[in-house]
Amino acid sequence: MTTYFLVIVLVLALLLSLSLLSVLCAPSYTDCILATQLVGTIGVAMLIILSVIEREPYLVDVSLVLALLTSIMLVTFTQLRRNDQ
Amino acid sequence: MNAFDVFSLVFCSSGLFFFFAGTVGLIRFPDTLSRLHALTKADNLGLGLIIIGLIPHLSSLLDVFRLLLVWLLIIFSSAACSYLIASQVIRDKSINTKSLLKFKKKSETNDEPSNSL
Repeated sequence: MTTYFLVIVLVLALLLSLSLLSVLCAPSYTDCILATQLVGTIGVAMLIILSVIEREPYLVDVSLVLALLTSIMLVTFTQLRRNDQ
Repeated sequence: MNAFDVFSLVFCSSGLFFFFAGTVGLIRFPDTLSRLHALTKADNLGLGLIIIGLIPHLSSLLDVFRLLLVWLLIIFSSAACSYLIASQVIRDKSINTKSLLKFKKKSETNDEPSNSL
């Protein structure tokens, strides 16, 4: 069963690298922010699966920090854009 | 392979499918608002399905509660953030049309004095 979860984590890592590539070639500012939100959600899922199969509960706290940082980053960047305009 | 393993296998696979759908939607969809539509819903559903699939492998009820709280935080933050992104997109569009209108009016007003002179 651990092998199966590791395969899922690997596929999620592939999707994460794809979305990082789409950050690089995003057509507009808001698309960059969107792709970063996708990176945050996939990272949270990977960290939760890793915390369960490695039996290390601190990884759940790391995933909470990642989720909070993603949302704070998003609010900050949209407000920055609004102040520029 | 007992029933719990089959349960977590089915739920984690469907969660992975939804993550895949979200990423493909982010890459393939033509418009920013449709990309937002594809991404936020599919991703939160995929995360929830993966967490439900992981529940049989947890040791205590407290861990289950913690994982569900992580899911709730993700859902609330992504709801607020997608509202912000969508309003940003709409504001960008309206600013572009307003600046075009201003430019047109300016060019008209600039033309008039030159004609009168």
